[in-house]
Amino acid sequence: MTNRKLLLEHLDVPGIQGIDAYVKHGGYASLKKALQKMSPDEVVEEVKKSGLRGRGGAGFPTGLKWSFLAKPEGIPRYLVCNADESEPGTFKDRYLMEKIPHLLVEGMILSSYALGAKTSYIYIRGEFMYVLEILQNAINEAYAKGYLGKNIFGSGFDHDLVITPGGGAYICGEETALLESLEGKRGNPRIKPPFPAVKGLWASPTVVNNVESIAAVVPIVRDGGDAYASIGIGKSTGTKLVSACGNLERPGVYEIELGLSVEEFIYGDNYCRGIAKGKKLKACVPGGSSVPILPHHLVTKTAAGEQRLMTYESLADGGFQSGSMLGSGGFIVFDEDQCIVRNTWNFTRFYAHESCGQCSPCREGTGWMEKVLHRLETGKGHLRDIDLLADINKKIEGNTICPLGDAAAWPVAAAIRHFRDEFEWHVTHPEEAQIRNYGLIQQPLVA
Amino acid sequence: MVKVTIDGVEVSVEPGTTILNAARQIGGDVVPPAMCYYSKLPGTGGKCRTCLVEVAAGSAADPRPMPKLVASCSTPVQDGMVVNNKSSQRVHDNRGGVVEFLLANHPLDCPICDQAGECHLQDLGYEHGSAKTRYEEDRRIFEPIDIGNKIKLHMNRCILCYRCVYVANQLTDKRVHGVLHRGEHAEISTYIEQAVDNDFSGNMIDVCPVGALTDRTFRFKSRVWFLKPMEAERSCSKCCGKAVVWMFGNEIYRVTARKDQFGEVEEIEQKTAWLCNDCRFEKKEVTDWNVLGPRVINRQSVISQGKYATTIDKPVKRIS
Repeated sequence: MTNRKLLLEHLDVPGIQGIDAYVKHGGYASLKKALQKMSPDEVVEEVKKSGLRGRGGAGFPTGLKWSFLAKPEGIPRYLVCNADESEPGTFKDRYLMEKIPHLLVEGMILSSYALGAKTSYIYIRGEFMYVLEILQNAINEAYAKGYLGKNIFGSGFDHDLVITPGGGAYICGEETALLESLEGKRGNPRIKPPFPAVKGLWASPTVVNNVESIAAVVPIVRDGGDAYASIGIGKSTGTKLVSACGNLERPGVYEIELGLSVEEFIYGDNYCRGIAKGKKLKACVPGGSSVPILPHHLVTKTAAGEQRLMTYESLADGGFQSGSMLGSGGFIVFDEDQCIVRNTWNFTRFYAHESCGQCSPCREGTGWMEKVLHRLETGKGHLRDIDLLADINKKIEGNTICPLGDAAAWPVAAAIRHFRDEFEWHVTHPEEAQIRNYGLIQQPLVA
Repeated sequence: MVKVTIDGVEVSVEPGTTILNAARQIGGDVVPPAMCYYSKLPGTGGKCRTCLVEVAAGSAADPRPMPKLVASCSTPVQDGMVVNNKSSQRVHDNRGGVVEFLLANHPLDCPICDQAGECHLQDLGYEHGSAKTRYEEDRRIFEPIDIGNKIKLHMNRCILCYRCVYVANQLTDKRVHGVLHRGEHAEISTYIEQAVDNDFSGNMIDVCPVGALTDRTFRFKSRVWFLKPMEAERSCSKCCGKAVVWMFGNEIYRVTARKDQFGEVEEIEQKTAWLCNDCRFEKKEVTDWNVLGPRVINRQSVISQGKYATTIDKPVKRIS
């Protein structure tokens, strides 16, 4: 399989963080093309044609999302970039912003032109302060060159781009919580409807997109939507940044063409080069901590025996029974020495810590699961606790305001489904479970 | 007008009405319980998830069922919508789950709680909860604190419905309390331990569905079912002065707003009858009030204990 790169193409160019090197390698050409030769609707049409799907995790078609934006007269519209990347295992957006900040800036101006937004915002995670400085630098450079501000490229299009840091809360990555936080309020998700496309930031129509989705608009406008759609398989088009981590020989951020086989991605020489230290693959979480875990026999092959590919459809093949999700592209790999119970507890601890506490199933349920899992992990659990966990996460799933509840419930459900014997082992071998944990952190993160 | 069917009962309501309010127009058993929604406080609702219902058909135009259970307090009805509440096992199971979550960290100190007898969580637990808890962990613990000299906050009992925050937002001019922290550690608190000092802050006590906010002038004085609720009024320059005084003999033990069958403060002459702190906390003499007569109480309510002769009190068969 060829390995075309659209986003990280010029990654190795020295000084690509600066505007001069970026422009020299074709930067801001898409913006010029769009502003001088295309109408906003034509840009939206190209994005629709490209089949680009939201890269933040849900995989909703970006063009379709844009077309839902309400356009009432006299009310401003906003584009907000969700750079609050905090999912455990996902670090692709940070990498992109850090290495090629102008790609995001260009994408923001371009997308704002398509949506008719006069002001757009980048909401960046509070822990990424150094990335904020890099981006702010890029924005200043763009203003100096006249790519931002009044009358860009003589087209009469004015645009301002503002970057705002969050306070480092995972929940502010949920689009309505992000908007609340951006408005200066407590980051609690809003109750939908109304959706942000109708009533978003400051009660105005708003589109919230992931960093990678916005960056992908640049090559789409440059090459045309059809060219982008020709990459990939079926409804999974284009390229995707995947942040591979865990027990891999060569972890890191890779830009892959959707449709690459999972086997090639894990073992291929161009990619992760197999499991570290020659160990065996035990399990894999293919799309960030909130997607179901896959046991080794379901990672490279689906339950039906077909080859599993890095596409939205193939990874979801078999539903939650034997599949998972592409999610945000946080590819976490576990070798044979890793404890699934410990990992599940770790993920749940994260969600219990990050739940906003607004709706009861998530507030109480995540904390409860964390406590039960902690007991199981330290050898103080009972066999009935496993069924209890399965029941708790069934009561959380789908009953919450925002998807954080689902995100907390799915990994637990999948871990119990595929690794029940390991949970039982922790109950039946409490001493061994405790000895194995010797020296590791025993107390929950949230005191 | 749009038509919606709830548990097989059809009702016509204004467009934009929520499922919960449509159900309230029908009344009776089909009304989902609501712990956080408060019709008099715009913006409330959607948080507690006890009002989850199943939408079997989205609308006449698009009769597909909704995949998830929806919060009836924040979902507007569509023409031809079919909703299942009491008639759905799925709703019953999931609501039971929500009740279990609400009770997970609840101290269950009803025997010493002033709210006992008029507590929505008690009612909900009675209807949906199971007799045993599966929660074996330590419950989260907060110290009770005084917010202002009239209100006591027992954070242990709080279910974080946010109603009191909305009262503070909408009834008082300067909000000094809100929610701190997040997740399981979220708590209602005042801004840097500042006292809540406002003429209408006492209404927080009335909107609190549980015993988290209680009246310090009434705490531990009496169980509510020993008292007689009487409708009373007085002329007040700050509020409507229409209240319920809870009497024992000729003494007024406490004053509350008049509440309707859903536990919400009633509307009198198109205005919600909020009470000012003067009427609520200071006026405890019979001479302060013009007592109009007994308040109608729901017979099933524990407050009606000993106030009506029930059939069980009458001899079924004369024993001679």
